[in-house]
Amino acid sequence: MALTKIVVNCETGVTEEIELTAEEVAVVEAAQAQSVIDLAAREAAETAKATAKASAQAKLTALGLTEAEVAALLG
Amino acid sequence: MQLISSVSVGGAGAATIDFTSIPGTYTDLVLMLSGRATSTTATITVAFNGSAASFTNIYLQGDGSAVTSTTGTTLVGNASISTNTASTFGNLSILIPNYAGSANKNFSVDVVTENNATTAFEQIFTGVWANTAAITQVTLSLANFAQYSNAYLYGILKGSGGATVS
Repeated sequence: MALTKIVVNCETGVTEEIELTAEEVAVVEAAQAQSVIDLAAREAAETAKATAKASAQAKLTALGLTEAEVAALLG
Repeated sequence: MQLISSVSVGGAGAATIDFTSIPGTYTDLVLMLSGRATSTTATITVAFNGSAASFTNIYLQGDGSAVTSTTGTTLVGNASISTNTASTFGNLSILIPNYAGSANKNFSVDVVTENNATTAFEQIFTGVWANTAAITQVTLSLANFAQYSNAYLYGILKGSGGATVS
């Protein structure tokens, strides 16, 4: 199915449903792809942060700190 | 606040909702969207005057288990997606103050998605479009807007009683 856009002319009140041109499809797909990349980067950063925190907790515990002391340090 | 125009998506869906020829007679714009995607791609993006360039934003998000914050470009929020609870729609509200002025255009966005499950999103955005042109066109894109998605564009007047004060 062809991608369409709904165009609302705020001056005339006329609403049209128009098939996207190849250029418009490219713009929409590029923007959507970038937003997906942004989200994936954010999730990867959060995962890395959580992994690093867990590693730090394990190392601190191995050094003899209590769970309460580790929690006080790392929040 | 006055309704400028509105649109309801029909059975064929739509990739974009495009408000054009927006008059410059208001002080601020508010765009409200009730949206659902026909796919599992939730991301809603914005363009002003047909341009997706020169956007930067930062947003804070809660997803039911974690809170995160990060930066982006044209992303302005998530919609409910095809795998979310049937017939549920997300809400999105964009405030664009001084949209017809000659400075860069700031905007803020409040978003929630609806889903009867453990994961649903609450998001707040602040962004800037580094362009001094008056905004005459606002475009939202999603893959794709499902039937019964609705968008409403409002203009805010600065005067009391709805009047424009010069």
